[in-house]
Amino acid sequence: MRYFFHRKSSCQVAKDRLKILLISDRVSCSPEVMELIKADIIKVISKYMKIDTMNMDIQIQAKGSKNNGRNKTPVLYANIPILDLHSK
Amino acid sequence: MENESGKQNCEVIVVTSGKGGVGKTTTSANVGTGLAMLGKKVCLIDTDIGLRNLDVVMGLENRIVYNLVDVVEGNCRVKQALIKDKRHQGLYLMPCAQTRDKSSVSPGQMIKVIEHLKEQFDYVILDCPAGIEQGFQNAIAGADRALVVTTPEVSAIRDADRIVGLLEANGFKQIDLVINRLRQDMIKRGDMMSATDVVDILAIPLIGIVPDDENVVISTNQGEPLVGSGFPAGIAYSNIVQRILGKEVPFINMERGISFWTKVTGIFHRA
Repeated sequence: MRYFFHRKSSCQVAKDRLKILLISDRVSCSPEVMELIKADIIKVISKYMKIDTMNMDIQIQAKGSKNNGRNKTPVLYANIPILDLHSK
Repeated sequence: MENESGKQNCEVIVVTSGKGGVGKTTTSANVGTGLAMLGKKVCLIDTDIGLRNLDVVMGLENRIVYNLVDVVEGNCRVKQALIKDKRHQGLYLMPCAQTRDKSSVSPGQMIKVIEHLKEQFDYVILDCPAGIEQGFQNAIAGADRALVVTTPEVSAIRDADRIVGLLEANGFKQIDLVINRLRQDMIKRGDMMSATDVVDILAIPLIGIVPDDENVVISTNQGEPLVGSGFPAGIAYSNIVQRILGKEVPFINMERGISFWTKVTGIFHRA
């Protein structure tokens, strides 16, 4: 029934969705909280330099594994392009 | 959980899932019946106060006189609330109240009842209600190990993951996964997550794979668990029972000659 063979299988879609979903579930960090964190980070860094808030990327990722997948340490990953290092 | 001292070889297993309708009650009934068929003394406890179902799945709904809430409130002795199974020697059911709510029992009271039952039984199996509220807290309070039931669906897996997190936070050391209602035809088409996929995501040991089998509905209609029968799900439940007893059983070939199952088996044999 793969009429659209160029599309991902629904199984793969489910796995991809779950992976992202469970990372945020496990660290109990909702998208709303992420937005608040993002806003605060912008506020702090903007005190010292001019940053590109439109193109910044902040997310929680699972990095490295200890014994099994459940014990992956979540990492807050932030990629913030700097427009001007000496704005102040 | 911390009951290593004074424990006389009775294992208390909670069957839980988070999401409703994935097969907790069916799993409880079949695992309990399967253990009893092997000569173990088994007590099944329905902890889903207000929405009891284990009694109908076991076909014992007409024999209920007293229930778990009566025991807790002191209206009867533990023994009076235990219903003897129709077919299997050594299998008993403690039903719960249908007309009360979850707050009628506390985790402390649950532990007390279980401590009492541990003296007489080899296995106590707790059928947990859906959700993560008081009913769940009651069900896990006195348990040593957990069976987490899920289906290969996003919603069920997400809830199972949450449940596993909560069980770990509550000190559970042994949490095993039962994947229910797998359909080989859909897996082959790429339209259903395989057992390997689910285990990869949840990262807990697999103890059973139960194929989607219409005979489960038929057996529930009749109030007779199908464990021990030759039906695919019956065989799957028998295998789960064996693994609970600590035996190594290869995971079943849901359909003849599919290398996929050998793959799954391989993963767990190396662990």
